[in-house]
Amino acid sequence: MEPSTPLDSSSNMDSFMFDSSSRRSTVSIHSRSSGVINSTREVSFGHSGSKPVRYGSKGAESEALSMSQKEISDEDARLVYVDDPDKTNDMLEFAGNSILTGKYSIFTFLPRNLFEQFHRVAYIYFLVIAILNQLPQLAVFGRGVSILPLAFVLLVTGVKDAFEDWRRHRSDKIENNRLGLILVNGQFLEKKWKHIRVGEVIKIRANETIPCDIVLLSTSDPTGVAYVQTLNLDGESNLKTRYAKQETQSKLPEKEKLDVLIKCEKPNRNIYGFQGNIEVDGKRLSLGSSNIVLRGCELKNTNWALGVAVYCGRDTKAMLNSSGAPSKRSLLETRMNSEIIMLSFFLVALCIVTSVCAAVWLKRHKDELNLMPYYRKLDVSEGKEESYKYYGWVLEIVFTFLMSVIVYQVMIPISLYISMELVRVGQAYFMIGDSRMYDKATESKFQCRALNINEDLGQIKYVFSDKTGTLTENKMEFQCASILGFDYSSATASLENEQVEYTVQADGTIFKPKMMVKVNQELLQLSKSGFTNDEGKQIYDFFLALAACNTIVPLVADTSDPMVKLIDYQGESPDEQALTFAAAAYGFMLIERTSGHIVIDIHGERQRFNVLGLHEFDSDRKRMSVILGYSDNSVKLFVKGADTSMLRLIDKSLNTDILHATKSHLHTYSSVGLRTLVIGTRDLDASEFEQWQSSFEVASTALMGRAALLRKVAINIENKLCILGATAIEDKLQQGVPESIESLRIAGIKVWVLTGDKQETAISIGYSSRLLTSNMIQIIINTNNRESCRRHLQDALVMSRQHMTTPGVTHNSEEGSDSVSTSFALIVDGTSLVYILDSELEEEFFQLASRCSVVLCCRVAPLQKAGIVALVKHRTDDMTLAIGDGANDVSMIQMADIGVGISGQEGRQAVMASDFAMGQFRFLVPLLLIHGHWNYQRLGYMITYNFYRNAIFVLVLFWYVLFTAFTLTTAINEWSSMLYSIIYTALPTIVVGILDKDLSKRTLLKHPQLYGAGLRNEAYNKKLFWLTMADTLWQSIAVFFVPLIAYWGTTIDVASIGDLWTLAVVILVNLHLAMDVIRWNWITHAAIWGSIIATFICVIVIDAIPVFPGYWAIFDVAGTALFWLCLLGIVIAALLPRLVVKYLYQYYFPSDIQISRETEKFGNPRDNGGGEIEMLPVSDAPP
Amino acid sequence: MSEEPSSTSVSVADGQSKSAKKPKYSRFSQQELDAWQPILTPSWAISIFTVIGLIFIPVGLTSLFASDSVMEVPFRYDDECLPPNSKNDPVAYIKDDTQNKTCNKKLTVKTKMTAPVYVYYQLDNFYQNHRRYVKSRDDRQLRRKGSDNDVSTCSPEDYTPKELGHNPIVPCGLIAWSMFNDTYKLSSKNKELAINKKNIAWKSDRDAKFGSDVYPKNFQVGGLIGGARLNESIPLSEQEDLIVWMRTAALPTFKKLYGKIETDIEDNEEIMLVIENNYNTYEFGARKSLVLSTTTWVGGRNHFLGMAYMLVGGISLVLAVGFLLMYVMHPRPLGDPSYLSWNKNPGILR
Repeated sequence: MEPSTPLDSSSNMDSFMFDSSSRRSTVSIHSRSSGVINSTREVSFGHSGSKPVRYGSKGAESEALSMSQKEISDEDARLVYVDDPDKTNDMLEFAGNSILTGKYSIFTFLPRNLFEQFHRVAYIYFLVIAILNQLPQLAVFGRGVSILPLAFVLLVTGVKDAFEDWRRHRSDKIENNRLGLILVNGQFLEKKWKHIRVGEVIKIRANETIPCDIVLLSTSDPTGVAYVQTLNLDGESNLKTRYAKQETQSKLPEKEKLDVLIKCEKPNRNIYGFQGNIEVDGKRLSLGSSNIVLRGCELKNTNWALGVAVYCGRDTKAMLNSSGAPSKRSLLETRMNSEIIMLSFFLVALCIVTSVCAAVWLKRHKDELNLMPYYRKLDVSEGKEESYKYYGWVLEIVFTFLMSVIVYQVMIPISLYISMELVRVGQAYFMIGDSRMYDKATESKFQCRALNINEDLGQIKYVFSDKTGTLTENKMEFQCASILGFDYSSATASLENEQVEYTVQADGTIFKPKMMVKVNQELLQLSKSGFTNDEGKQIYDFFLALAACNTIVPLVADTSDPMVKLIDYQGESPDEQALTFAAAAYGFMLIERTSGHIVIDIHGERQRFNVLGLHEFDSDRKRMSVILGYSDNSVKLFVKGADTSMLRLIDKSLNTDILHATKSHLHTYSSVGLRTLVIGTRDLDASEFEQWQSSFEVASTALMGRAALLRKVAINIENKLCILGATAIEDKLQQGVPESIESLRIAGIKVWVLTGDKQETAISIGYSSRLLTSNMIQIIINTNNRESCRRHLQDALVMSRQHMTTPGVTHNSEEGSDSVSTSFALIVDGTSLVYILDSELEEEFFQLASRCSVVLCCRVAPLQKAGIVALVKHRTDDMTLAIGDGANDVSMIQMADIGVGISGQEGRQAVMASDFAMGQFRFLVPLLLIHGHWNYQRLGYMITYNFYRNAIFVLVLFWYVLFTAFTLTTAINEWSSMLYSIIYTALPTIVVGILDKDLSKRTLLKHPQLYGAGLRNEAYNKKLFWLTMADTLWQSIAVFFVPLIAYWGTTIDVASIGDLWTLAVVILVNLHLAMDVIRWNWITHAAIWGSIIATFICVIVIDAIPVFPGYWAIFDVAGTALFWLCLLGIVIAALLPRLVVKYLYQYYFPSDIQISRETEKFGNPRDNGGGEIEMLPVSDAPP
Repeated sequence: MSEEPSSTSVSVADGQSKSAKKPKYSRFSQQELDAWQPILTPSWAISIFTVIGLIFIPVGLTSLFASDSVMEVPFRYDDECLPPNSKNDPVAYIKDDTQNKTCNKKLTVKTKMTAPVYVYYQLDNFYQNHRRYVKSRDDRQLRRKGSDNDVSTCSPEDYTPKELGHNPIVPCGLIAWSMFNDTYKLSSKNKELAINKKNIAWKSDRDAKFGSDVYPKNFQVGGLIGGARLNESIPLSEQEDLIVWMRTAALPTFKKLYGKIETDIEDNEEIMLVIENNYNTYEFGARKSLVLSTTTWVGGRNHFLGMAYMLVGGISLVLAVGFLLMYVMHPRPLGDPSYLSWNKNPGILR
């Protein structure tokens, strides 16, 4: 089952760091439940970081051992009396099977929804401000007005939540009312799902969905096998095998009352692990994850299965796992938050200025306050002299301060958070909808699982990529076979696609393998010519090993032609599938597999072999073996495994020539990037077999440390093998991978490939994917102990430094490592990484790696992948992206700033843990270079713009306060000031944030270097922030002081000048945005001009309400020429400096983006003149 | 400026029928909408600044001329009208009801003022926009007959003092309470210059904001007297001085319309002023002036806007010329890839 590259995702195998679960769960002799399922996926989804991650390999082993020996203590256990739900539920009421995914009921909706919404800091801020405003002393705005923004946001979110919840309730209802067959008093009756209780026995028929987590008791298969599809649970479409215990398989619960007690762990969310034991007739047997079938799975290829419910309803693993994607915070947002702190300092400063001025004013006018008509502290209405609304100087100051916080509240752009969320949703919509990122082969769209890190895609500096399934297709193709020292390469023998369709006819039906394989004609002839001679026997054994030594399940499917049946080989390992298909093509067709025997059609002759034993793959041994009993009672052991582990076991005394030849073939294969496996065999004599059998029995029924015992048994038998040959499987590169990697490299992104493959394979893939080029200097670190590892690292560092200081390449230290002349490639293997990640060598490794343009890590274990990502992440501020497709990439994906999952051949764990998921590696190019770039540019601009937009408004309010005796009167109508960020200016920035694009897709793909804008933080940085703030200050001065001076000493009233200021600010702010819009489509036009019109309408409506003091002001003031002159003057004067700076900057200090925009529009002026500067040609990624 | 070339999509036709999952192709979803893509090229920048200059300078000039043609004659009288012996203690003087507050002054109008000549009173350093002040009114009470008791926001001028029956005041609040009550009589050559006080308030206020069936009640009857008294037999909608006063001024220096003189005032005409100096601004240092002014399309006499326009226009023209020179001397070919950062430094090839 294992290729020679077992650590990589191809085999889907847990690495040695993770074998705890597989050890724990390996079961009886029948168990073919490979460790596959319960492997790396220990990592609990949705809780990134909740699991303590260990990066080195130390410690993992001891942890694993302790876990394998763990027994369930009584407090931690759940006791299930089979077919006795009353007793089961007697003591403790276990959850029933009705599910409730809806969060709210009608009564709890309001409090709960509000409670959840107020988890956001922004809303708390809103709330505190609104509450402050309710105090009569502080009432700046009317009560209704002040809670308007908060109420608006709460309402929108509430309606959205209510709708979603209603849909959940509806689907809950459908789920709960589905029917299942439940054993009641000796007969199976139909019962609604929601009434199923723990302990009840459930009968499931073929193609039915399992209603709750059940432990299998018996199945229609005499050996107790059931096949399930876990598509709904984890998205894997291949069949998984589950087993009923032999002891319960024979029972008939309809007839006899069962006396079976199951003791299992408390409900948990690990869908790949289960621990428990079962007491049947006083015998205690252990249960593992291969005995449990989870809710949501479907029963396939099995007529019926009986099981006992152990976890119901909300306790089921499916329900426990239904949680959202992990939430991360983007770099841009983190940076933004520091500027928001800056803005809150501004806010406090403005408030302090206001209150200090007010304090001075009150002090100076202390004696006049009593009778001053506009203050009138004296209140005589009660007959005696009182102070009216005056609480003493100190309190007045405090109140002024708090009131100024209320008035200037929008300085902190809380609406920005909401706008950003909307923009990200819009961006996600476009990313999902991009037809460039739609994978036709798997029909998978791009998925945006995390919604708050879109813009990080534009700032990625490091890409960590898995190899198999990510760079390569993970569609294994059998390429070469070396048998007895002869190389039969299908590639050399058949140049043209000579795919032989091998078919078998039996009982009038033609069986045909689903996949066609290229075959070597010579070998085909040999395999057909019979197996009489010695050589023939070896070939026979070779193919028999390929067909038998695996965990593949053949599935027979109907075709349109009733006479033709299609055989599909289902299994977790694509390598095994490829080998089985190859065997079938050479005439060894696996027809049937049950737990006790297999049927292989050998050139038309059906032969039955007993499977006497099977040692599963584990990553310590890196091989698997199967013991076949022939019809003549002879017994043979077949072993298949990675060359490193296999070659040690080969009996060197036998045929050394073959061994040598095979070794050289293996080297040839792996150097062209093929995945190799070695196959060996041995005849077992009776005594040896019996000895093995007894120890195997003991081991497989052991309650403690069973996995370790089983492994020991396997190691004992797997030796002194006679070499049969080797296979080579090609893992084809995905379409467009070399081009993509080159694009990423040109974009300034460092690509690190982390693979479980051998060094030779990794390097050859590196070349074919253009990761490595011939002019790179390779630094290979491949050591066995810490000291030599350190020495190697230091030597390499010295060497790289020498190259760095070579004159001529040092102008630009930042980009120096990318220059061709000194380009390094670092190749590290897993053993060295153990030392590097475990010790203080990390720093040196990072130093070295950061000087290399390419880093290739081979033979890497999953947690090491995460360790490498963590190493880079903790040592730089640069953004990291991890991309992978398999379970072994999960930890890496969760560790990186952005995790991308490939929804490929290997199931869905990577996707489940990822932030973004897509079908092909090459989509990374449009994702980063196009969408990442756009998202970053858009949000970066949006943030500065929103800061500006709110600050200018606050400043205008502030200036006015200086002319109202510092009493926080707002000339701008309170409704207008609330609508400002809701209606007047909200939409354009959102629309621009979603739709504006600085450059076209084509340009961005043509010049990947443009991605550097994000790497250099061009769209959002401190300098830009301060420039914007300076501009804001000027603009606010223009807005405020032009009307102030123009109307000084005139009859202008508060409402009229307030309307002027309102309109001026809104028009200015929208024109400011319009000035920066790069592409105007009709939506942008509509949003910007529409907002201005909407503002006019709102101002008119507000002024048409007679109870407002400002009644009719706009009509009056807009009838004067002065008003319009002010408006025009303000807008032009305010925007003038910005326009000048923008022009000078764009024309005389053009950024790359600016030049490319010009090229896009005007063409390249050098095109005609035969430009001497060659644009680096980078082919567009395929659409 | 050009339309963006619509990019052709290769994978439109095929595959659409094959699977429903494939994202629907539309120019919107692929972000390929037709778009206008302006770039601030030198020609655009230069023309924008030229146009701004060419528009702003004439507009500035005309408005400067217009505001220059406005004749404004201000006359500050709060200090002038104090009797010499009260100069040191104006507050005592103004509070003393027994003192005669009438004040006769002479004013010479140098240039001719054509009718209508507006008569304003101007207050300096009077914060009609003070928070306590602007809120101290109730618009419902002013508007509707039955809303006398709507005085919640009017404190401390909401009810008459207890000894006077605790009745709601109409119009309530500090604004109405502090209404300006100086009066002017103007005469020239012994002939009275009639001041028309009709239609000095906004029509909208008279029609909709101040009720024609709401009459002043309990106004300035007890406690502190803030300013003018109102004739209780005239509905609020006709109390135009009150309406004008209640439109609170935006700035601490403001004018309010007192009335209109419908006859021309000749140049060097001497005008006799009879001012009833009742309003107490001495207490808090505000200044009072009487202003005679004509008006024009830019409002009153204020050169600021014209100057500002000239300035902005002038700067724009200078910038346009400057940009033109810079362009001629240091042109940069647009879209030249040799300016791209990765092409600038040929030593570093990526």
